[in-house]
Amino acid sequence: MPARDDTRRDAPRFETGPAVRFESVGMRYGRGPEILRDVSFELPRGSFQFLTGPSGAGKSSLLKLIYLAERPSRGLISLFGRDTALTDAKSLPAIRRRIGVVFQEFKLLNHLTVFENVALPLRVAGQPRRAYAEDVAELLAWVGLGERMDAYPPTLSGGEQQRASIARAVVGQPEILIADEPTGNVDPAMARRLLRLFAELNKLGTTVLIASHDVGLVRSMDAPVMELADGRLAAGARAA
Amino acid sequence: MSKARSRPADLLPPDAGRDGPLFAVSAILVFLACLCALGAVGAWTAASGWTAQLSDQITIQVLSEDDRDIAADAADAGERVARLPGVESVEVRPREASERLLEPWLGRGGLPDDFPVPRVIAVRIDPAAPPLTAAVEGVFEEAGYTVLVDDHQRWAGAVAQAAATVRYFALALVALLGLAAAAVVAFAARASLAARWDVADALHLVGAPDGFITSLFQRRFFLLGLKAGLTGAFAAALAAAGLAFAGGAAGALFFLPSLELGWGAAFIPPAAAILSGLVAAIAARSAVSAALARRWS
Ligand SMILES: Nc1ncnc2c1ncn2[C@@H]1O[C@H](COP(=O)(O)OP(=O)(O)OP(=O)(O)O)[C@@H](O)[C@H]1O
Ligand SMILES: [Mg+2]
Repeated sequence: MPARDDTRRDAPRFETGPAVRFESVGMRYGRGPEILRDVSFELPRGSFQFLTGPSGAGKSSLLKLIYLAERPSRGLISLFGRDTALTDAKSLPAIRRRIGVVFQEFKLLNHLTVFENVALPLRVAGQPRRAYAEDVAELLAWVGLGERMDAYPPTLSGGEQQRASIARAVVGQPEILIADEPTGNVDPAMARRLLRLFAELNKLGTTVLIASHDVGLVRSMDAPVMELADGRLAAGARAA
Repeated sequence: MSKARSRPADLLPPDAGRDGPLFAVSAILVFLACLCALGAVGAWTAASGWTAQLSDQITIQVLSEDDRDIAADAADAGERVARLPGVESVEVRPREASERLLEPWLGRGGLPDDFPVPRVIAVRIDPAAPPLTAAVEGVFEEAGYTVLVDDHQRWAGAVAQAAATVRYFALALVALLGLAAAAVVAFAARASLAARWDVADALHLVGAPDGFITSLFQRRFFLLGLKAGLTGAFAAALAAAGLAFAGGAAGALFFLPSLELGWGAAFIPPAAAILSGLVAAIAARSAVSAALARRWS
């Protein structure tokens, strides 16, 4: 993990409350059935947790609620101690910039090089190029893409795309890192390496939530596990 | 070390297949709008020149009668009209001036000396306080000879009306073409956004405010509008110059007499190009921000 000393620009100095808090949250897509029901949990700041459950259980949907891509149909969600329903639309982008996301389907932009894709959050945050060029290159080398930074995503393997997506999620040193099946396409050795990256970030204070149905991966870390089944959190696994 | 890092890449991918036709349509609209605007300016300057000339002049014809000395009558008429308030100067034109006016009908130099040619008196009046036509006619009541007073009012009114019609018609055309251009660009911007939701989505999720995304499209369409505008305006300027050089008849079709257009008209093509860029930018901005607001309301 490249060492960086930049302070977190967007973080207000006085905030109380956990990084993420769900209270009796329900969610549906459009007019469809509720695919999340009565979900309540807390991610304390600096915690590291897994989210597991069978395919279709609603893991990705739960994560979308956290990174503000979807809204709940019921219940309360607060981020950094603030009720997201009461937050006005203008401050949502600033909150999104404090959350890094590894998407299950990567969401890389095909017309941008790997370097440009990874630098995107910094560019959007208004950082000048010379301030981040070295960091981005270093991070790309760390995830094993040092030789591929001028390549375009369609020419990368699935695992390489996944690593580019991870690099983009962590490049801004987010306060919350959300990863949706981040090791689904890489070999076990690379999976361990990526997990170490997440652990290092966590040591620096980032709250980490990883959704995965890879039991081996989940067991390899001594971290609490939330289990989602059919839209509900299993009772025993709720506590952080 | 890597070329990717020397310069930030365009966040919006090139949209070549879509931009070509849009460029052509915008350039053509700007071309037509420029011709209309030049025509409006041409009509404007030409008509105000004509009406200004006509409304500060009165023409008096002294008719020739068998038993009278027309030269004396003409001199007398000139003196009478010169005494009227509102008359600035009087010029009693010699017989040759009248003959010249008759040349197209009667031929050059072939007139016998005793041929009855009316004499023309050109009267320059103060356009701010012109004498009434009735007053002008009044001074000749007891003169003993016959005069015809022509104050050009009917003619000047007709010219002014025709010019006003042409210029407002041209302005309306310019406005319509501008609206059409804005609508086309707004449509294209929306289509471009629809084809690029993945970009907008990704930017949105890494924390770009709507304004950031909007300004990408705004810049893209401003440049496109500006380039199309420059092309169309340049073509229009060439066409106008060509028509002016081709001579009166062709130029008059578009009200483009070369001298009367003046320097003011030189600003129309560059202004049209910039305006085209602005219209494109505003249309794209409002289309995209409306679409973004709907998407993430
Ligand atoms: N955009 C969508 N519109 C409608 N329904 C959706 C949408 N996305 C997911 N769903 C439905 O919501 C439910 C939960 O899906 P989700 O993607 O959250 O599951 P998951 O736990 O992430 O599964 P996987 O392990 O396969 O990634 C599924 O029944 C799915 O069909
Ligand atoms: Mg999923």
